[in-house]
Amino acid sequence: MGRVVIINSIRFVLLIATQVFLFKNIGYYNLSIPYLYILFILLLPFGIPNGLLFVLAFVTGITVDVFYDTLGLNAIACTVMAFVRIVFISVTVQRDGFDNEPEPSLGIMGFRWFIFYAVILTFFHHLILFSFETFKFSELGFTLIRVVLSTFFTVFLILITEFAFFRKKIR
Amino acid sequence: MRNLWLFISKYNAFFLLVIFFTISLILLINNNSYQRASVWNSSNQIVGTAYERVNEFSSYLVLGKTNDSLAAENARLRNLLKSSYYDDSVKQITVKDSVLKQQYTYTVARVINNSVHQKNNYLTINRGSKHGIKKGMGVIASSGVVGIILNVSENFSTVRSLLHTETKISASVDGNIGSLVWGEGNYDSRFALLKDIQSHLTIKKGARVITSEFSLFPPGTNIGSVSESDTRDGNSALNIKVKLDTDFAKLQYVYVIINLLSEEQLNLEAQNKVE
Repeated sequence: MGRVVIINSIRFVLLIATQVFLFKNIGYYNLSIPYLYILFILLLPFGIPNGLLFVLAFVTGITVDVFYDTLGLNAIACTVMAFVRIVFISVTVQRDGFDNEPEPSLGIMGFRWFIFYAVILTFFHHLILFSFETFKFSELGFTLIRVVLSTFFTVFLILITEFAFFRKKIR
Repeated sequence: MRNLWLFISKYNAFFLLVIFFTISLILLINNNSYQRASVWNSSNQIVGTAYERVNEFSSYLVLGKTNDSLAAENARLRNLLKSSYYDDSVKQITVKDSVLKQQYTYTVARVINNSVHQKNNYLTINRGSKHGIKKGMGVIASSGVVGIILNVSENFSTVRSLLHTETKISASVDGNIGSLVWGEGNYDSRFALLKDIQSHLTIKKGARVITSEFSLFPPGTNIGSVSESDTRDGNSALNIKVKLDTDFAKLQYVYVIINLLSEEQLNLEAQNKVE
């Protein structure tokens, strides 16, 4: 239990740091902007209570917002993403079969499941993020283009990170 | 109560979503000027649209009263209109030039009676002998030739329009002089016929038709453009259909041309007859 907390704390600090110091300055114009920090929410353990998940997602979002000067924007996206995560996992993972698996990472869950998981969650996160950033319906088309392109970028970075820290675990 | 708690704990993810979503949204709107402005703007838009609708509806209720006041206003304004008065002053446009001697001056006149659908059409203008108008003077509009002064009274003159069987105007197209007539076979107020142009000439469609130097109009005054040119009669002269530039049905203001040298010319020509 203590190990899980430590690993996740280190991951939190590292991901937020890379996000606000590195990826904040990277982007393809205004169209494709990476938000790698959501990997933290993606990789939280399966067994986490819903309340704690929401609190962590909210705190992660607020932390990024503080650096981005957009208080509440990433928080709202992360909150929605946490909900999507709960729904997605409850639909696709049989709890009893995976009880001993600590977290939904690439090495444990396999490539197909993980990429599906990452794309869905990233898409919803970005959809909420860019919609609330634009905050009007008149630019819906442009917002959707931004969402799709940014999702590609973020998922690409998530996969690279996951392969870099790849740990195959025997079920 | 217990059931309620069971229900909430069963769907706790959704309720947590609602709670955290609301918190984030409040934070977002309270701390970001753009989003805050957007919220106020859209709510103002909704309120404004609602007010507009109500106003639109309530304006129907006072429609009768509005109509009455508008009609009264119209009548009052009509009384003030220039057309309600007889305009006695004459605007004469004369250019002073020390090198060239002035030959033509123009007097503005308003068309007060007009016809285009008769076989012989006449106009009446609000200028007469008092303003120096005499019989035989030319009348043009800004777009081209209109006609010739026929009769003059003190305050009014009648104009024999170009749309008259007896009006003949010396016109030229591409330097070839012919005579412009109307009413020989066509009674369309938009077209006239140009006769006496030799048939060996080819007159292109769209060529400009202007007054010649032999006419009583200043040479080069617009008449119209060629719309058809053929030799269907086998005559030695072409039949040229001319599209008139002037829309006679819509004439409002015309200019009477006063030829300052015409008297001298006529006197000289009269001597020829005496001999």
